[in-house]
Amino acid sequence: MKPIVKLLLEGGSLNAAQLAQVLKLSEAEVNRQLDELKAQRVLLGFRPVLNLAHEDSGVVRAVIEVRITPERGGGFNRLAERISRFDEVESCFLMSGGYDLLVFVNGASLQKVAAFVSEKLSTLEGVLSTATHFMLRAYKEQGFMLEVKTEEAERLKVTP
Amino acid sequence: MDSSRYIAKHIVNLPKSGIRDFFEIVSKMKDVISLGIGEPDFDTPWHIREAAIYALEKGKTHYTSNLGLIELRRAIHHYVEKNFSVSYRPEDEILVTVGVSEALDIAFRALVNPGDKVMFHQPCYVSYSPSITLVHGEAIPVPTYAKDNFALTAAALRAAWQPGAKLLVLNLPCNPTGGTCDRAQIEAIAKFAVEKDLLVLSDEIYSELTFEGVHTSIASLPGMKDRTIFLHGFSKAFAMTGWRIGYACGPAALIEAMMKVHQYSMMCASILSQEAAIEALVRGEDGMKKMRDQYHRRRDFIVRRFNEIGLKCHLPRGSFYAFPDVSVTGLNEKDFAVGLLQAEKVAMVPGTAFGANGSGFCRACFATSYEQLIEAGNRIDRHVQSLAKK
Repeated sequence: MKPIVKLLLEGGSLNAAQLAQVLKLSEAEVNRQLDELKAQRVLLGFRPVLNLAHEDSGVVRAVIEVRITPERGGGFNRLAERISRFDEVESCFLMSGGYDLLVFVNGASLQKVAAFVSEKLSTLEGVLSTATHFMLRAYKEQGFMLEVKTEEAERLKVTP
Repeated sequence: MDSSRYIAKHIVNLPKSGIRDFFEIVSKMKDVISLGIGEPDFDTPWHIREAAIYALEKGKTHYTSNLGLIELRRAIHHYVEKNFSVSYRPEDEILVTVGVSEALDIAFRALVNPGDKVMFHQPCYVSYSPSITLVHGEAIPVPTYAKDNFALTAAALRAAWQPGAKLLVLNLPCNPTGGTCDRAQIEAIAKFAVEKDLLVLSDEIYSELTFEGVHTSIASLPGMKDRTIFLHGFSKAFAMTGWRIGYACGPAALIEAMMKVHQYSMMCASILSQEAAIEALVRGEDGMKKMRDQYHRRRDFIVRRFNEIGLKCHLPRGSFYAFPDVSVTGLNEKDFAVGLLQAEKVAMVPGTAFGANGSGFCRACFATSYEQLIEAGNRIDRHVQSLAKK
């Protein structure tokens, strides 16, 4: 793994100037490396991780198990990519086991997610069945614990 | 009534830890970036904590064998054999203690007659010299030097040696210097110990945090197992400082002698900590290596920063401490540390807290986040520059 990638994963939210200092590079060089990683599609982007329970907009999230028919020549890929392109789809994975695709969907309301499943997803040619599970509550999001107050454990400032 | 007249003489004369004084100043200040800690910034990995919670749920709330849980001693046997190339019998060569601190204390109590001489290298962990005084032994410090990257040399040992010296305490890698010895240096120390008939107490608490080369335990060298008490624990590598759990391994007769003191003073280590320790040894290696890798990269950064700033700093091969030389500022280590704290709110521990020959140095712990290290580096830089202008 490249040093800059390691540091991004480990350092959390360091800015380009801080990255530059740790890696002993110029800020321009850090930005160049980040651009290169983006161009190579190694680094896909940065997004804030929100606690959606605190969001007034009230996002509804669902996980959908999708069974599809593989196609000669293309396997699952063409249909998986087609499904992934919908704005509602947050992530999409090909799975082993009882179904083929696991699709994470966001919607503004239950109805909107339901409509997406019944009108868009299940009507696609090649989709055999869907099983939709609505998420009730998040406990951990992208590595962050939710609802757990991160109270600073009492630590001494100087110890032997 | 003056109640202090009841205090034993050797306690009255025992100096307060230099860290204590500094702690008093720091603890009254707000928003300090502290490089003054002597522990990992990570909390104990969750699987280890969870194992302790489970043990509590299962009603594991009783005394254990004085020696410690046999399952833990077996796990220690395997771990030490695999990682230190020396094999101890779980039945009678391993004693589970309340941290290495207790192990060291009961070793001194079991081995030192009043007036016996105990050699140890300095700068060193704050408790070595007082612990020797507490058992009425005579402490003989052996200096280590920046020019040797604070490795202990046989030559320094020979120069400090006095007739009647009985014990040699080693702490490699070393708190506060991060210095350690390569195999050849350890072999030379072992040869010296044999020549002078010294028993070695080897505190290897930082051994997993060795960044360059391979850690060599003196106990693993030919003939040395019989004259070494190997001390180790979970605090640093597994981020378990608050659990107070460690162990001593050595010849059965010596472990039995230490056990006598341990059974009357401590009974046994906390069963919950012992249960957690089993989990750490059996399933904790990956998590431990991940933490070590992070310390390694942070070390590279902070040591480079100190040298850029003009505070000459050797590359500590182990531990999570950097030990920069601050004498270039024209100030002694204490004035520098206090000035830095007041001007820039960064805490480093003056080197003399770890013995007289820590003079001119400060200890900076790099077991903290990148943000804090970057900011601390910038503040120290600013402070050193402002001192240069004066």
